[in-house]
Amino acid sequence: MKNHKNKKNQKSPNDSITISGAEAVVRCLLAEDANLVYGYPGGAIMPIYDELYKYKDQLHHVLTRHEQGATHAAQGFARTSGKVGVALATSGPGATNLVTGIADAQIDSTPMVCITGQVASHLLGSDAFQETDIIGISTPVTKWNYQITKASEIPEIMAKAFYIARSGRPGPVLIDITKDAQFEMFDFNYVKCRGIRSYWPNPPLNTNHLEEALKLINEAKKPFIVWGQGVILGQAEQEFKAFVEKSGIPAAWTILGLSALPTDHPLNRGMVGMHGNYAPNLLTNECDLLIAIGMRFDDRVTGDLNTYAKQAKVLHLELDPAEVNKNVKADVALITNCKISLKALTKRISKNTFSKWLKRFDALDVIENEKVIKGDLFPIKQGITMGESIAMINKYTKGDAVIVTDVGQHQMVACRYAKFNQSKSNVTSGGLGTMGFALPAAIGAKMGAPAREVVAVIGDGGYQMTIQELGTIFQQQVAVKIVILNNDFLGMVRQWQQLFFDKRYASTEMTNPDFVTIAKGYHIEAERVEKREDLDQAVGRMIASEKPFFLEICVEKENNVFPMIPSGASVSDIRLE
Amino acid sequence: MEKKTYTISVYSENNVGLLNRISAIFLKRHINLESFSTSESEIPNVFRFVIVINITPDKVHKIVQQIEKQIDVIKAYYHTDEETIFQENALYKVKSSFLFEERQIQNIIKASHATIVTVSPEFFVIEKTGFREETEQLRKDLSPFGLLQFVRSGRISVTKAKMGISEILNTFKNNN
Repeated sequence: MKNHKNKKNQKSPNDSITISGAEAVVRCLLAEDANLVYGYPGGAIMPIYDELYKYKDQLHHVLTRHEQGATHAAQGFARTSGKVGVALATSGPGATNLVTGIADAQIDSTPMVCITGQVASHLLGSDAFQETDIIGISTPVTKWNYQITKASEIPEIMAKAFYIARSGRPGPVLIDITKDAQFEMFDFNYVKCRGIRSYWPNPPLNTNHLEEALKLINEAKKPFIVWGQGVILGQAEQEFKAFVEKSGIPAAWTILGLSALPTDHPLNRGMVGMHGNYAPNLLTNECDLLIAIGMRFDDRVTGDLNTYAKQAKVLHLELDPAEVNKNVKADVALITNCKISLKALTKRISKNTFSKWLKRFDALDVIENEKVIKGDLFPIKQGITMGESIAMINKYTKGDAVIVTDVGQHQMVACRYAKFNQSKSNVTSGGLGTMGFALPAAIGAKMGAPAREVVAVIGDGGYQMTIQELGTIFQQQVAVKIVILNNDFLGMVRQWQQLFFDKRYASTEMTNPDFVTIAKGYHIEAERVEKREDLDQAVGRMIASEKPFFLEICVEKENNVFPMIPSGASVSDIRLE
Repeated sequence: MEKKTYTISVYSENNVGLLNRISAIFLKRHINLESFSTSESEIPNVFRFVIVINITPDKVHKIVQQIEKQIDVIKAYYHTDEETIFQENALYKVKSSFLFEERQIQNIIKASHATIVTVSPEFFVIEKTGFREETEQLRKDLSPFGLLQFVRSGRISVTKAKMGISEILNTFKNNN
């Protein structure tokens, strides 16, 4: 990977100088510490690309092979670095190709700024070549968007874009810039955005509510924590760990909360939700206090809301007021960054343990271990399981890797079995469930955390949705490890067809190409494993490699992921087989 | 939960695209609006949307939360009819000949406290401000005479309670 550190700019970004709108965009990016961007050029954004050429020593542009790849790479970068990801595209199809990634970033609260070129302002509304109303199209899936038609708007709008993307509950912002505004010369002066009068991203902690929350915690006999990505986005991992340890309350994670607390922490009791662990799902309906931290009660977490934690009081720690009482009614809500509320709570609670309550978790863990985990991790049948593949990755990465997953069975299995020692290590498409996310996201994840091992675990279906990004990996020499768990099926859909559609496997069987040959075509070292006895060494070689590496693991074709809460069923109806 | 009529008041910046952003919130939830109107508010450069919907209390609360979440929205409120003073405005275009030939029309206009906005040899225009039932009644009364055109505005409303938008804006000013 090239060095894309921001070497000190000779031209100070604070001097007022006459430059073009396009150059201003690049200088705004540098002023916001965005020295790595992903994108794809085209007619309406060429003036900006021309400036990128001039500024290439300071700002590294990664040419993806599709604009969707640029957004997912920007997301992956944001998720591991904690910084704002940036994606560039031209007007028309370039802009519309960003939409899936933007929607993904919106629902998973990922800070991202997308910049699109637009036809010249005098052509707006004329159905000009490659004109599309990207502001209209992206409105429902952006935190904010804006169309710039004059160069003089660029500094203020770009400053707002970065401020909005990263503050409060983060999200994607799209800035559409007409081509004439990119060419226009103006006096540039950059001032960072410090606030917007209609936007209050940091609500303060309500001390009355804090007292009520403390009362709930002090009275609880069987309290239970479910945490989400809010802990990571709020940079509250330390505060969260301190709260869990002092309160002694067992805690489980949503898929996006994964890695905020180390996997082997004794109070980390696994995953909630559709393919989550047995104990935390069942005990959701047994606890007397449910403490939800930085999570939004997604339907994949709650199942049927009418039978979800009805016996429990609910304490919700959440930054976004619109998420409070949206799906689950909170008895008490602390609407602020959980870094603040957790710190305040920890200070006031007394040290506690719930040994009897924890034994309930242990007992149910034994059942899940017997019925599910043993067969996944130590199979006696011939075919390789997804579970043992993940366990093998654990063996070599020792829980220190960033694991990037796509969507489907492999994602659920990877999240269930991957070990994590540190935060910001799980990169996946949670809310939107975007197949094709993982390969480009892994590129960004590695560039956002270059010192870390990044392993992308992908299904054979999702892999082929953005397989062209192998070109980006090759060109940039991004040392990601790509593991395809190949069952020649769209496995999750096939599982549903088996369980709920009488095994009518409509369009889920895939006739796949030779993935190893394809990877080799991009000059990426590649191997295929078909037998269990070859798995260990192949994974070993992959992790030992310092270059991009592709490993296809041919797994058992018709394995299912359990436990499973059928769609719309109660968490109490979790199935083990 | 039973549905009720709510008036949502949104104070916002005057930015292109915000209308689209607010309407998208309703579209996403498959909710039809009763009426929608917008104008500048009592504060210069601050706009006010008045949206009327028939919906359950739980849903109106969630929708207002989503509206308020939009970056350019300063504050959003919702109120029941009892908490607001509201009016609608309607225009009725009728053939002029009726005004002279049908005595009844003059009685209808008088009884409804409507005003005649303009009279020309071909047509005359009546204006009526009031509640929905009142403008609707006048429409019913006039329709036997062949309404050439009828149009009704969205609801405009002010609340009985204080809104406090200036305070919000001042707090921001003082903090920044």
